[in-house]
Amino acid sequence: MQINPIEEKQVSRTVDQALHGVPLSLRGLSKHYGGRTVLDAIDLEIAPGEFVAVVGRSGCGKSTLLRAIAGLERPDGGQLRIGSGDSRPEVRMMFQDARLLPWKTVLQNVALGLADGEERARAALASVGLAERAGDWPAVLSGGQRQRVALARALVHEPQLLLLDEPLGALDALTRIEMQQLIETLWTRRGFTAVLVTHDVQEAVMLADRILLIQEGRLALDQEVALVRPRARGSADFGSLEQKVLDRVLDI
Amino acid sequence: MAASSPVSAPVAPRARPLARLSAALAPWALPILLVVVWQAAAHTGLLSSRILPEPWAVATAFWNLALSGELWTHLKVSLWRAIAGFAVGAGLGLLLGLLNGSSRRAATLLDTTLQMIRNIPALALIPLVILWFGIDEAAKLFLLSIGVFFPMYLNTFHGIRSVDAGLIEMARSYGLSGWGLYRDVILPGALPSILVGVRFSLGLVWVLLIVAETISAQAGIGYMTMNAREFLQTDVVLVGVLLYALLGKAADWSARGLERHFLRWNPAYQ
Repeated sequence: MQINPIEEKQVSRTVDQALHGVPLSLRGLSKHYGGRTVLDAIDLEIAPGEFVAVVGRSGCGKSTLLRAIAGLERPDGGQLRIGSGDSRPEVRMMFQDARLLPWKTVLQNVALGLADGEERARAALASVGLAERAGDWPAVLSGGQRQRVALARALVHEPQLLLLDEPLGALDALTRIEMQQLIETLWTRRGFTAVLVTHDVQEAVMLADRILLIQEGRLALDQEVALVRPRARGSADFGSLEQKVLDRVLDI
Repeated sequence: MAASSPVSAPVAPRARPLARLSAALAPWALPILLVVVWQAAAHTGLLSSRILPEPWAVATAFWNLALSGELWTHLKVSLWRAIAGFAVGAGLGLLLGLLNGSSRRAATLLDTTLQMIRNIPALALIPLVILWFGIDEAAKLFLLSIGVFFPMYLNTFHGIRSVDAGLIEMARSYGLSGWGLYRDVILPGALPSILVGVRFSLGLVWVLLIVAETISAQAGIGYMTMNAREFLQTDVVLVGVLLYALLGKAADWSARGLERHFLRWNPAYQ
């Protein structure tokens, strides 16, 4: 049987997109602030549907990297490619603060940027467990609930690439664990590519397929996480991997 | 082992109708008290009727004026002047505030000039105003507008400039731009400041009206008051003063109503 390589590429690309993930490719990405080099010629390939965590000390440039991918910062050098070039990929971002519009109800916030999207907004709210708060103002929600609304808002656009900039940093430990489970469930179900910037190494080991460490503007570590999902925080493998990454972060 | 007695949860006392009534009347307690003291002082002769007539005389004067229709004529004229002055002054202030707040270029061109005009006291302009506009309605309108313009302009400008940049960035990343961004993020974000400007302007328009109506008017509450002063009708003078106070309060109340509606999402305004 003859295999037509062009056909095969088209089929696998269609399958990838049906799985809702897009590949991400960075070549020589650089960013300077004043005289300081924040990102130094970063080379990175992320496969569609992969969950990648970026860790590092504060100020190491991980947020800058994410914002460059999101298009919120313009890189000073290098190339950035999202997707395989057929159509414009849907990229959405979650910030460290929920950034909900206080003068719109929860439902209106989730439907932001959607023409005629009330049904889909309700469905997205239901998927994060806040269907009954649709008519409330953001001011009456707790921090964790606001971040869940922000997550629903990001997901209602069916993103192919979801960027998360320390979204759980401001939450208490228990809410953080619940949100991690929620993000993992939704990622498993929808299959988008995810890039999570976090200072919490345990969170990275919990959620990611791959952990990247940024030190002095360069990729110092590219660690695959081979643990089976759902991951057990207390297991020996989990703990040893977490310790290994933590040692690298702290430069021990 | 002694069994612990169950702790009864504290029950919030349901607000009795009497308590709610007294809460609604509380802001009026002081004015009512003052009126009572005033009436008592006038009645016992402590207060000469030439200095300050008793409340009852004021009420009678009010009633007579209302009956004869004079009150409504003057009220209508004053009200019209106030509305026109507010519409022109606050309207222009809003427009220029939005323009200069949103466009750096416009602000560079216009703001310095406006700040210089702002520091000229409106009342000091009266001789010039009379020279330019004479003493008819145009002069009064000009004075009212220019006075009401600046609080509105400054607050609108500030409101637009202090919209949360993080929200704008988020909205942009969700595909909002141009008019959509303005309507959904920038204007609502500036609205608390703009409403402060409205409240300020609504209060100011009455103060300026009093002065404007002394520049030779033929009708209006100020005219009625000045006329009464010429004839030593102190009770009518007080009716005029009272009318200004009540109208100012009504304007403030409507501004508060606007705030309560447009800012109902903000826990600080509930």
